[in-house]
Amino acid sequence: MNKTSPVAANTKSMTFRRSKTRISDKIIPILLGLCAMLSVFTTIGIVYTLLQESVIFFKEVPVWSFLTGTTWSPILPPKEFGVLPLLGGTLLITGIAIIFAVPIGLACAIYLNEYAPARVRGVVKPVLEVLAGVPTIVYGYFALETVTPFLQKIFPDMGIFNALSAGLVVGIMVLPMISSLSEDAMRAVPKSLRHGAYALGATRFEVALKIVLPAALSGVVSSFVLAFSRAIGETMIVTVAAGATPQLTLNPLESIQTMTSYIVQVSMGDVPRGTIEYGTIFAVGLTLFVITFLLNILAQWVARRFREEY
Amino acid sequence: MEQLNLGDSKGINRRRRSDQTLHMIFLACTSIGILVLMALIVTIVMDGVHRLSPELFTNFPSRIADKAGLKSPIVGTIYLLLLMAPLSFVLGVGAAIFLEEYAGRSRWVRLIQLNISTLAGVPSIIYGILGLAIFVRGMNLGRSLLSGVLTMTLLVLPIIIVAAQEALRAVPKNRRDASYALGATKWQTVSSAVLPSAIPGIMTGVILALSRAIGETAPLIMIGALTYVAFLPENLLDSFTVMPIQIFNWVSRPSEAFHELAASGIILLLIMLFIMNIAAVWIRNKYSKNI
Repeated sequence: MNKTSPVAANTKSMTFRRSKTRISDKIIPILLGLCAMLSVFTTIGIVYTLLQESVIFFKEVPVWSFLTGTTWSPILPPKEFGVLPLLGGTLLITGIAIIFAVPIGLACAIYLNEYAPARVRGVVKPVLEVLAGVPTIVYGYFALETVTPFLQKIFPDMGIFNALSAGLVVGIMVLPMISSLSEDAMRAVPKSLRHGAYALGATRFEVALKIVLPAALSGVVSSFVLAFSRAIGETMIVTVAAGATPQLTLNPLESIQTMTSYIVQVSMGDVPRGTIEYGTIFAVGLTLFVITFLLNILAQWVARRFREEY
Repeated sequence: MEQLNLGDSKGINRRRRSDQTLHMIFLACTSIGILVLMALIVTIVMDGVHRLSPELFTNFPSRIADKAGLKSPIVGTIYLLLLMAPLSFVLGVGAAIFLEEYAGRSRWVRLIQLNISTLAGVPSIIYGILGLAIFVRGMNLGRSLLSGVLTMTLLVLPIIIVAAQEALRAVPKNRRDASYALGATKWQTVSSAVLPSAIPGIMTGVILALSRAIGETAPLIMIGALTYVAFLPENLLDSFTVMPIQIFNWVSRPSEAFHELAASGIILLLIMLFIMNIAAVWIRNKYSKNI
């Protein structure tokens, strides 16, 4: 630093100097750019690997029968590769999780934003952050060892592996996401809007429901969509607690299998490359990737498109 | 905006009552999160605490519950952490510096930015599939520690990049201006004026991302981290296991004794995560006044 000219805000004026700094200022941006490009390569890598192996799989199994088949039995003959049971299982889990987490997460966000004294907020927010940081395998244990026995007292004929327990715990997992993202969105609503409503005599509930929530709706809805996407991709809770029975059912007390837990199940055995079982990992993975990708894009679109500007 | 119907003064008591009722409902909903966290910790401690013993650290996994320990999973997790930390730090901070300090606002940069936030939302198991296809099979690294490190690095990079970008953005512009005014070049400014004040924020982000990584199970199952490893990995190409995978293995067994072992493993894992989180918060608070 000390050898360069003191008038160097304009670096072009010193290009005649063959100093080390000049070289570092040429190479380093390239190296840093490569780091940034790594994320692009990762995306390309994901899309490429999923597509490449899926194409091989879809040569054996027509895409249409994969997408519309209602039986999934990839290992035992007669082999059938209809993804609907896995998709149905995933949506059942996700549905339970969302029905549980959306009202509670929203209530939590409204409470923290409109009602809670600063001291309570100071306790609750870190607790929710801890909840968000719990590894999913721990949630899986919790679902199997605590939630399922508890639910079995209410539904005595429910099996050990069931969609309800797994779905509820997935709901607990996405709860902090909904509450903290929704709360951020509500916090961004200008204070003057609130004060205006209070001045007109509105109660806190009316302010929350009629002023703050509509103004923050884009952020709140996008948090729901993100939570939905996270629930779809959740793996360990469903692998541990929901069982491994690919079936199309709406009964939450039954054992089901999701796309993610199927992928785990297959990869636990050492599947040889090139077999059709190996291909199913990528075909199901591609389905999962496309769904979560579209949901994430949707969340960003909702957040931008419907944002109320103040 | 919707017209508020507040003129009805007869309804004021009713409105106050409904406000109070809803206050209670919201409070109840909020306490669900806290109650669940308490229930979770209490059950796990009650199930697992009597299995905590020195043997848990010194014994390898075993088919016999009373002899089973966590030696190779603990060592595996620590190796994974130590190898991932520098790699993901350098790559993540490098990308963040490029995007914040060098790149400007072109369409390409916005695309990279969009790509990073999309990657952060990709389910972790997809990274496992990527690792399986590229590192394990494609590069022939096998089911090794190195494959695990590379896969998990890709998984945490988006989180680290976003956190580091926020830390860099928080550095006041006048620090950069002052540095340029002293004649520093771009890289000198970034490395000696911007980075030092952004480092605490970056470290916090990196530690939080790593603490997420060591709790991850699914991607490592995909790349085939084994559940029965009765030795310690000695080089990068050895097979390995980590704590969440061993816990998963124990949870999946029907025997109650293994479930208790799983609970004791979870206690250790949670303690580890807790320490990392405390460290992250401590760094944030200690250095946050310096900017």
